[in-house]
Amino acid sequence: MNVVNASGWKPSMGEGGTSGDAVTASGDRGLMLEEPLIFELAGEPTTGVDFEHCELEPIAALDKHLRKAPLALPGLSEGETVRHYTRLSRQNYAIDLGPFPLGSCTMKHNPRLNEKVARLPGFADLHPLQPGDTIRGALEVINELAFWLIDLTGMSGVAMSPKAGAHGELCGVLCIRAALEAKGDAREVLLVPESAHGTNPATAAFAGYRVENIPATAEGRVDLDALKARLGPDVAGVMITNPNTCGLFERDMKAISDAVHAAGGYVYCDGANFNAIVGKVRPGDLGVDAMHINLHKTFSTPHGGGGPGSGPVVLSEALCPYGPLPFTAKTADGIVHLVEEDNAAEFDHKQAFGRMVAFHGQMGMFTRALAYILSHGADGLRQVAEDAVLNANYILRSCEDLLDAPFGQSGPCMHEALFSDASLAEHFSTLDIAKGLIDEGFHPMTVYFPLVVRGAMLVEPTETESKKGLDRFIASLRHVAQRARDGDEALHDAPHFAPRRRLDETQAARKPVLTWKPAAED
Amino acid sequence: MRYLPLTDPDRTAMLDVIGVGSVDDLFVDVPEEARLSGPIEGLPMHASEMAVERHMARLAAKNLSAGNAPFFLGAGAYRHHIPASVDHLIQRGEFLTAYTPYQPEIAQGTLQVLFEFQTQVARLFGTDVANASMYDGSTACWEAIVMAGRITRKRRVVLSDGLHPHYAEVVRTMAKFTRDEIASSAPKLEATTDDAAICDAIDDATSCVVVQYPDFLGRIPDLAAIAEAAHAKGALLVAVVTEPVALGLIEAPGHLGADIVVGEGQSLGVGLQFGGPYLGLFACREKFLRQMPGRLCGQTVDAEGKRGFVLTLSTREQHIRREKATSNICTNSGLCALAFSIHMTLLGGEGLARMAKISHARTQQLVAALADVPGVEVVNESYFNEVALRLPSDTREILRKLADRGVLGGVSLGRLYPGESELANGMLVAATETTTEEDIATFARELAGVLA
Repeated sequence: MNVVNASGWKPSMGEGGTSGDAVTASGDRGLMLEEPLIFELAGEPTTGVDFEHCELEPIAALDKHLRKAPLALPGLSEGETVRHYTRLSRQNYAIDLGPFPLGSCTMKHNPRLNEKVARLPGFADLHPLQPGDTIRGALEVINELAFWLIDLTGMSGVAMSPKAGAHGELCGVLCIRAALEAKGDAREVLLVPESAHGTNPATAAFAGYRVENIPATAEGRVDLDALKARLGPDVAGVMITNPNTCGLFERDMKAISDAVHAAGGYVYCDGANFNAIVGKVRPGDLGVDAMHINLHKTFSTPHGGGGPGSGPVVLSEALCPYGPLPFTAKTADGIVHLVEEDNAAEFDHKQAFGRMVAFHGQMGMFTRALAYILSHGADGLRQVAEDAVLNANYILRSCEDLLDAPFGQSGPCMHEALFSDASLAEHFSTLDIAKGLIDEGFHPMTVYFPLVVRGAMLVEPTETESKKGLDRFIASLRHVAQRARDGDEALHDAPHFAPRRRLDETQAARKPVLTWKPAAED
Repeated sequence: MRYLPLTDPDRTAMLDVIGVGSVDDLFVDVPEEARLSGPIEGLPMHASEMAVERHMARLAAKNLSAGNAPFFLGAGAYRHHIPASVDHLIQRGEFLTAYTPYQPEIAQGTLQVLFEFQTQVARLFGTDVANASMYDGSTACWEAIVMAGRITRKRRVVLSDGLHPHYAEVVRTMAKFTRDEIASSAPKLEATTDDAAICDAIDDATSCVVVQYPDFLGRIPDLAAIAEAAHAKGALLVAVVTEPVALGLIEAPGHLGADIVVGEGQSLGVGLQFGGPYLGLFACREKFLRQMPGRLCGQTVDAEGKRGFVLTLSTREQHIRREKATSNICTNSGLCALAFSIHMTLLGGEGLARMAKISHARTQQLVAALADVPGVEVVNESYFNEVALRLPSDTREILRKLADRGVLGGVSLGRLYPGESELANGMLVAATETTTEEDIATFARELAGVLA
């Protein structure tokens, strides 16, 4: 793997110079460490946890239910376990290592204060069904966060329990459906723009709606006339992402909302991109009826390699009565209550459409998000949006001479810059740019999304990148783009310097191997 | 502000490159009448780390944490000991601050963990395959029902009365919108599960029967008999496990004929956290693989022939299939899956068996102590680490009085089944390896005091 890149620099991390092909007995190379599976590491059955001796035998009524054979799972000592996961961790890229400019994902710095407060035993070691007087502080956290979310969005209420963004979408769409059904107005269709996240149409279908697409204009925004033409008595509403996935603010948002409302429908806004506008404009002022907020995006709770997320849904006055249980309510005496099935009537919330989760939602994310919000305050959150948008425009204008920016003429972008593969040499693709960036030491941007742009590259730097950091990223992106324009064949084989070369995804899907089996069973 | 690296000179220099005069010029597409001219009024301004920590600590101090009281709550969320190394490892920034592994060459750490996790869950549940996690047990349960509907093309669902009431409520809520027909009822405070009644409720239109194991009252149903009855009618058995530690002692649902096994993985590695984030477990027979919701990690090779892992079969998922996807789930519970997997790696099958045995033993001691309290009737014949009690009066009030005496005594069935007067005097109590003999003695003494 001693491929020389276009700049002439040779890889030298553990395999430097001409000895790049040297084979080691271990398979490791210096600090580049391979790691077997736990099933391959384990020897005779053992355990890394000590328990006291237990003499009591199981009750007789369990006899017929007992395991017939011991559970075949390997156990490792504590030291081996720590080493296994530490070695594995080193094969991951992360926001702690550098920019992670995945468009629509808002990978910003995760403040460690948030981790600390979430682990306070008063929050972390609390059972969800404890009596009210033993959980007042926890309910106050939920209530305090709820009011920040309401104020920041200009809405009337918030359903806190949804577990992630897509779950929040479902919650919002079910509120819409419940509101319509309460009026005896069953409608069948939800309109979704072509540029929407895949979760939007999937959510609409999961909630029992038929999905119809609405087209985008040449400048990358929802086609208002096409939308108006489709509205009618069968349309329950629209699901719109604003700012949209082309990185643009939907200028006609208020007109869209007014038209949808006039036709008896409701407006769902996908809040995945709220980071661009927090503190700058309130969706409630634009006629939105429901919007989920990804606490793991705008409010910095860590993504953890794919969750947990948290997706509270802010609701307009029209939809509030239908929000699901549970939620919190503060009474005149200053006490915050948990409103559930057994006391919903006392709190005049009899039209709740039901319950979406066991217990009360992502408390561990609420504490983190509240700590983040309190740290920034109203002024800091506004600065967050401004810096996020500034950083994205800086990248857009610093690269658009080399990479095609399909909506570069549509005005400033919001918090993400969109490029296409149009300026690359023939046979060079967005994938090559992404894999080339990996060799440069960066996580790639979101690729091939939104679908409305061929070979899309959606770059979201967020506000937590410094100017110097952005300059380094831009230099690398420009370098890789230039190689793709020049037809540098080595780019097709990138990444060269990552823990793995390009992986065979076709084989993985054709003959799925989803669990480990001993060699003899293969 | 400590999280924002740009300085004013940086901002000016960047605006020059962009070619605009001010940041406001970047927001020109936001209609002017909707643009906020300054920080939203009435909200506090930024605060120091010290000030925020003080505020949050003050709120935390208003709660009575489980570790500060004799503690006996369960009902789908269990307090087990989590080894210190688990929390240390999940705070490695490379795990904590990574995204979903969309670029597998630089996400092998997360991907290999998911592959190991899937294997652990499949073996624990006795199934062929498992996915890379769902939000929690309740949502995994609904997804299993949706999946069973796709497989059988039938729309009637039988819920056992021993299914967690929140899970049942999630199912009923979702079914209102999807028009699935749900047969469900509240449980009775009886010594054993009524497996014959569940079997009788299955008919030819039934897509699946959903059975919690052990059930919500802690009793162990005869899964094998229910599986047989379901299969005879062309229905699937969905087993729901809310306490995976039980499977260190009792047989895995997959070995008893369950077709889909879902569960709540919170007991291992995740902790109580006031109800979330938790960890949805989802496993099934291999032949249903392509109907599964959620992410799957699979083994493959890279261009040099080295073993590696990728997210696979994504043609089931929303980002590819959009409205035709098997689910709308995207972000799941990756970090909780990591915590579960680390804890399970430390335990191994042998450690889990010991943990299960001690949890069960503590429950035996708890049952013995409470049975001696005048007015207390232990309902269960079989149990793992949780039993139902029948008390002389409404248990909501009894639990409030116990809390006043510093004891977190259990979960009121009256609270969870409003309107079911038969259950108002019912209470669930659970014990684990974290329960001490002293806790049990204190509980018995204080409960006797409250009931006296």
